[in-house]
Order: sequence, then structure tokens, then C-alpha cells
Amino acid sequence: MNDTELQSTLRRILADITSDSEANIIKADVRIRDQLDLDSMDFLNFLIAVNEELNVDIPEADYPKLRTLNDIASYLAAKLN
Amino acid sequence: MAEFLMPILGADMTEGKLVSWRKQPGDRVERGEIIAEVETDKANVEVECYVPGVVEKLLIEEDTTVSVGTPIAFIKADDEAAAAAAQPVAPSAAPIAPSSEGPRVAVERPRAVPGERVRVSPAARQLAEQAGIDLTQIAATGPGGRITREDVEAAIAVKPAASQAPEPAADERQVRMRQAIASSMSKSAREIPHFHLTREIDMHAAVEWLAATNEKRSVAERLIYAVLLIKSVALALLETPDLNAEWQDRVVLKPEINVGMAVSMRGGGLVAPALLNADKRTLEDLMAGFRDLVQRTRAGKLLGSELTSGTVTITNLGELGADSVYGIIYPHQVALVGFGRITDQVRVVDGLIGARPVIVATLSADHRVVDGHLGSTFLAALDRILQEPDKL
Repeated sequence: MNDTELQSTLRRILADITSDSEANIIKADVRIRDQLDLDSMDFLNFLIAVNEELNVDIPEADYPKLRTLNDIASYLAAKLN
Repeated sequence: MAEFLMPILGADMTEGKLVSWRKQPGDRVERGEIIAEVETDKANVEVECYVPGVVEKLLIEEDTTVSVGTPIAFIKADDEAAAAAAQPVAPSAAPIAPSSEGPRVAVERPRAVPGERVRVSPAARQLAEQAGIDLTQIAATGPGGRITREDVEAAIAVKPAASQAPEPAADERQVRMRQAIASSMSKSAREIPHFHLTREIDMHAAVEWLAATNEKRSVAERLIYAVLLIKSVALALLETPDLNAEWQDRVVLKPEINVGMAVSMRGGGLVAPALLNADKRTLEDLMAGFRDLVQRTRAGKLLGSELTSGTVTITNLGELGADSVYGIIYPHQVALVGFGRITDQVRVVDGLIGARPVIVATLSADHRVVDGHLGSTFLAALDRILQEPDKL
């Protein structure tokens, strides 16, 4: 899965979690929690969906690294490759 | 024959829209089974029936809006005696309150018929005149069918939505939700003598325990710290049961501890569905229940009983950066517990100075029911319980 596909997948998951089509147009370099008004339950649901779809279980200790869409895509790309 | 009434699904609800029937005439309905979906100002709610029997007749069509307490179906109850016993014999002097038993059979609140003398307090009459509200169209809840100021305010709260030109549905829903919250919070601020107590709680043990616990769990099994707060509040209420009560000119203790969690709606507004028997549930069960509740809240799939059965409410605004929360009590409850964000604070522990994660817990309490002594006891218990997260 290349970076474009990964970002597309993440945007789709975020749109499902938030029921917000705006997830498809969020900025990739701005904190997703701020753009989509995510709380900790939303963020956990997002990570569960990522795990189900990409089979990557992100440890809680790494949460601080996952601020923006770019951060998450880079993190997952490293795990998947 | 039992009348199934438009239920009251919150202290601020005056009318509901019957979105869809889940049962048809001739269908059997069991206790707790969903009979209809109702749209309130805040959410779409699946309404349970608490009188087992057979649906005899549906009295209103789908997409019809009626006042709370209006008969909307006839149920041929299995136990007619029990159904009759559940029916209040006369309108109560007290406002209709959300019931932890969910919708039941009851009688509609009285309205004056044209030509009949309207019984109304001077203050209520003046308010109605100012707002242009027809007194004969107001449901009375006062003694002897008297219209109270609160009745008029409830009528005012729903009037604009009925009289304004149609707006886009999403905007209209936001307007109505804001009106409902305004009505409920105004009632609380007006009627409940609030007092507030705060306590700074060292969250080191809880944060460390949660991190260690989650490290061993898959992402789908992890806990969030809000669940620790829910369970801790519930256990602290076991030690201070007067805070898990209702004021009805005397203190009426609640037999269960049902923790309402304020959940923000996307686009604005909030509801506070309840996690039932929170003191008796494991953290894992509470986490699963809370997750499910949040998802269904935002999807508009709450059960009526979940909106009406809360006995205390928690509002946690720490994630949004608030340092502390001085909340307004949800009407008919006695207490609301607010949590701010966890911040590193300098503390002396075992003679050493260091940074500790600290949260500010604020108790908003009804001074008619409890005093500062009991409130302080509750916060002390909450603090103590959070120092031993492995026992939650």
C-alpha cells in the first residue's frame, strides 16, 4: 500500500468514525483531533478500525506520535513495510 | 386496556415526534421490548414498553408530534390489574419527572377546554401574555390543574420551533436541542440551590496503572481513563448515598447507581445517557458499555430508559483543556461531578518534591439534599478510591 492509498484509507476510516464527510478534506499536516473534534473514545475507535483493516496494533505508548494524518501514515508505512 | 403514552425522555422534553412504530396491532410486546422510535429535541430514541401484552390499537400515525403524556397506543395488558396499578389516579402536583422505569401508562396532563375558567398563577399568566401563549393550550402540572410558571416556560420553549418558517432539518434540530438544554438548565439554576466543592486529586497511581494495564491489552480491549472516573464516582456514591437521590420535598434515595455521562453531539449540544449499575460492573464491562453508548448517542439510537434512568451525571471536559468544571445539576438529580484536564503539578510526596499528574474534581450538589460535610466526604472517598485503581 503506497502513501496515497494509505492516506485514502485513513480518511475513509475517519469519515466512518465521525460520520463527517469533512474527514476527506482535512489537512494532512494539522492535528486530526483538532480538525475533527475527536475525543479519546473517537481516537480509540479510529485505532481499533485501523487495527481491523490494516492489522497493525498501535501500542498506547506511541499515541503521542500520531498527531497528524502524515504522522499516522508514516508510522503505519514503517510498520507495514 | 392500558394506554401507552408519549413518554417523557428528559426533564426538558415537552413533546415528541413518533418516527416509526416497531409493533403493529395484534403484535405481542414483552416488558422492555422496543415498541416505537421517538424523536426528541435532542435525539432519536428507541422507546421500550413496560407493560407486557398485545398491541390493540395505534392511536397516532408516524411523523406525528404530540405532547408528552398523550396516549399513542392501546395495549391489552397480560395483567390488567398491574397495568391499572401503574396508572396514576390523578395528575400529580409535582412536575412529571423522567422515570427510571421508562414509559408507563398514565393520564395526560389536563388542559383547559374552551370556555372553561383557566386556573393559573398571576406570574404564569403575565409570562404567558408577554410571550403570546394561549393559556388554554398549556398542559397544567400544578395543584388542582393549575398552570404554573414552569408550565408556561415549557410551552415557550417549544413555541418558536412550531411557529417559525421551516428551516433546514439539521439547523432546526440544533435550534430545538439548544432550546431543550436552555429549558432544562434554566429550570435547574432556578430551582436547585447549588453549591460547589473542589478537590485536587493526584492521578499518578491511576495513570500508571492504566498505562501498565493497556500495555498488556490489544487495542480493542484497552480502557480510557474516563472509565476509571465513572467507576470511582459510583463507588464513592455507595459511601455517600444521599448524593444518589432525588428531592421530592424530602430526600428519596435511589436504589441503583446509574451514572449519566455527558456526551457531546457532533454539531453542538449534548445528552447524558446512563450506564446502569455502574458500581457493580467491571471496568471492562463499563468500557464496552460506554463505547456502545457513545456510538449509539451519536447515531441517534439510544433507548428511552438510558435517557431517563441516570441518578448522577459526570461531565469530563479535560480533553478540551478545561482546568475544572463547575456544572449545573441535571434536574431531578442531586449531584453532578465535573472533571478538568490532568496537568503536572508540583507536589511533595514522601518528603520529596516532584511533578505529579493532578485532576480537579468538582462536585456540584443540591443544598436542599446535602451539606458541605457530605460533599467533602464524597470527594475524599473519590480521591481515596482513585489511589487504588487495581481494586476498581
